Amino acid sequence: MHSETRLLAGGMTMLSIATGALVVIPYLTVRDATPLEGLKPYTSAELRGRQVYIANGCVYCHSQQPRARSFAPDTERGWGRASVAGDYAYDTPHLLGTMRTGPDLFNIGARQPSEQWHLGHLYQPRAYAPDSIMPSYPYLFEAKDKVDPGDVEVMLPSGFAPPGKVIVASHEALDLVAYMKALDHGYPVLQAQPQPAAAASR
Amino acid sequence: MASGAGGANVAATCIQPENALSTVAILLSAFVLSVTALLVFIWSQRSSMFDKSAKAAEVIFAPGEIGTREDPAAGTALGLGNAELVDRARADASTAPLVFFFFCCAFAWLLVASAAGLTASIRLHEPDWLAHQPWLTFGRIRTIHLNAVAYGWAPMAGLGIALFVIPRLLKTPLVGAPFAFLGAALWNAALIAGLGAIAVGLSDGLEWLEIPWQIDILFVIGGALVGVPLVLTLVHRRVEHLYVSVWYMGCALFWFPVLFLVANVPGLHRGVQQAAMNWWFGHNVLGLFYTPLALASVYYFLPKIIGRPVQSYNLSLLGFWGLAFFYGQVGGHHLIGGPVPGWLISLSIVQSMMMIIPVLAFTVNQHQTLKGHLDALRTSPTLRFIGFGGLMYTASSIQGSFEALRIVNAVAHFTHFTVAHAHLGLYGFVTMVFFGAIYFIVPRVSGREWPSPGLIAAHFWFAAIGITIYFVSLTIGGWLQGEAMLDGSRPFMDSVTLTAPYLKWRSVGGALMAVGHVIFVVHFVMLLVGRSAGRVQPALLRNF
Ligand code: HEC
Ligand code: HEM
Repeated sequence: MHSETRLLAGGMTMLSIATGALVVIPYLTVRDATPLEGLKPYTSAELRGRQVYIANGCVYCHSQQPRARSFAPDTERGWGRASVAGDYAYDTPHLLGTMRTGPDLFNIGARQPSEQWHLGHLYQPRAYAPDSIMPSYPYLFEAKDKVDPGDVEVMLPSGFAPPGKVIVASHEALDLVAYMKALDHGYPVLQAQPQPAAAASR
Repeated sequence: MASGAGGANVAATCIQPENALSTVAILLSAFVLSVTALLVFIWSQRSSMFDKSAKAAEVIFAPGEIGTREDPAAGTALGLGNAELVDRARADASTAPLVFFFFCCAFAWLLVASAAGLTASIRLHEPDWLAHQPWLTFGRIRTIHLNAVAYGWAPMAGLGIALFVIPRLLKTPLVGAPFAFLGAALWNAALIAGLGAIAVGLSDGLEWLEIPWQIDILFVIGGALVGVPLVLTLVHRRVEHLYVSVWYMGCALFWFPVLFLVANVPGLHRGVQQAAMNWWFGHNVLGLFYTPLALASVYYFLPKIIGRPVQSYNLSLLGFWGLAFFYGQVGGHHLIGGPVPGWLISLSIVQSMMMIIPVLAFTVNQHQTLKGHLDALRTSPTLRFIGFGGLMYTASSIQGSFEALRIVNAVAHFTHFTVAHAHLGLYGFVTMVFFGAIYFIVPRVSGREWPSPGLIAAHFWFAAIGITIYFVSLTIGGWLQGEAMLDGSRPFMDSVTLTAPYLKWRSVGGALMAVGHVIFVVHFVMLLVGRSAGRVQPALLRNF
């Protein structure tokens, strides 16, 4: 009796079909999508910031994949046009996300270019959006008696800094904000029309 | 359906219309071809995996056992003159210490996971609570919760059950148990290191795959060592027939390593392709690892307890191969509307709907088997948990199939609705079935009865009511959240504020579940310290 051989052979064949469809074909077609013209590689500060984003699990509340108008009003909300594979050419690991407890961040750099706003919002989201359920990240900041040379002070709306203290951003916070500001995928996508077809025929 | 979804994704992927058409045509023909091949395949398996007689369904019974109910009892109802029962006693004895070790680990991870889950839940409505502790921030404690469940509780409980059931089904004592001991020790060490890494902010960044790949190497070695005795036992087996549960458990044990290895190779995956791989993995861990382990438990314990062979072996076959074929390809439904190729999404939507077939095959089969024995649901602790779990399998699977449809997905995607669905599946189904199986197995590996039927009933009700509150509140809250987000005229903050009460209810439901888990573990400890001394009757439930 070789029923176990047949069982396992059958089982592994089924998994291979699935792997072929969901892993191998995308590997051959979209893994090495050419970056769209206008997409810049991340600087080293932005990459460090991306790591801070990963370390603190921002991805469990924020997606980075605006959907088409036919699907959802993402564009109307100012989250940007629908993203395409070429937008993610420099994104490893991918941070597409599956939750929108908070807004999509794929174009947050265009929507909110102010470093001070980002720093203050990370220190205390409720200083800007009173009903926000985003966690505050006080551990990315330091409360000091006075500002030292080279420090970036965070200008909070009144009443949010501890009395008698100034809030200074850590390197991590500054890198993270650099990454936020780099999230700007407003360049047009039309130029790349023939590209997926070319990729498909490869 | 395929053409609709494919067509709409054209815009996102910029495929020219004529290309899209041929894509749909290729997809359709591939689909028809593969379903035909599947049917032929199932047909060809009929002769090898089961007889036309109902014999194969009866291998789980010793002569004279059919018709007698069995429940957790240290002793056996039939005399030891029965050679089959002597064999079974031998098989049980060969695995007892090992299974016991797996369960102890499972209990520990269940408590860790519950505490982390509850903390994460509370942090969603008290966002400034414990905010100064980096490791307790939502993004980390939630991930610790998920990983403690996914690599701690579920595999430790599921593999423990498999290690107990497989020798029984093969009527062969377990060969090479020390390998599994070593493997489990490595696995748990890896998990401790992995959770520590997440807590300090070291993560590979992919959902379900956060644990750094350097630590994953330990998981691979540990997992392989756990697999060794199962393979050895299969090779030394003394039965002809492989019972349904062996199909599920056997394949799950080969599927998981492939998934885990492919997903964790550093540097292999990138960009959008990595996202497709991510959900191929994420969904297959559920569908091709936990689900088969839990279904195998239902196929074994349900007939065993009521003393009646599974109704239809044909349906079992359809259920198994249907799951093996369709489930693997559904992962893309986590990316509907996203920047992945349209055909991939269409494929996943179609196969998600096709999953209804194996799910119904399973449901009808179990229902038919249970018919006329419903009263056992009231008295048997194992059956009560497993019955609840089986129902939730049907419910969560059907829900999942419909959740993949574009109209439903457009609302439910990105919301707490999905989290409710995840818990219906992994808690309502998998975890409840594992609870039931553990109630059956522990008396047999420890030689002691459960001390208190009352505590078992309390555990059941806390868990059942807890998950109901959890599921209902997040389902409603998530749906409203999705509708608010889809309405471009409402500010985004609407979708945040309206979920607040539902998130609080989730914490209530979660707290009840956690209390149930504490009762469960306390009861287990009572059993260990000998509180059941003198109890020889099985702990059956009476008035609860
Ligand atoms: C528990 C879920 C949650 C987590 C975790 C989370 N956020 Fe948020 N985030 C929100 C919510 C809700 C909002 C909307 C309200 C607000 O502006 O605070 C938001 C808003 C934002 C905004 C403003 C978006 C806009 O359109 O104005 C930015 C930027 C942001 N978050 C960045 C981050 C970063 C960076 C992290 C990780 C360090 C993070 N978030 C973690 C929930 C979360
Ligand atoms: C003690 C009760 C529990 C509570 C309070 C709880 C709470 C949570 C919370 C808050 C999340 C994060 C959801 C998000 O990202 O918004 C989560 C995720 C998850 N939990 Fe639990 N949980 C509990 C028990 C369990 C158990 C026992 C299991 C399975 C055996 C489980 C499986 C999961 C899974 C799979 C996810 C990921 C869901 C997703 O991201 O879609 N949970 N849980």
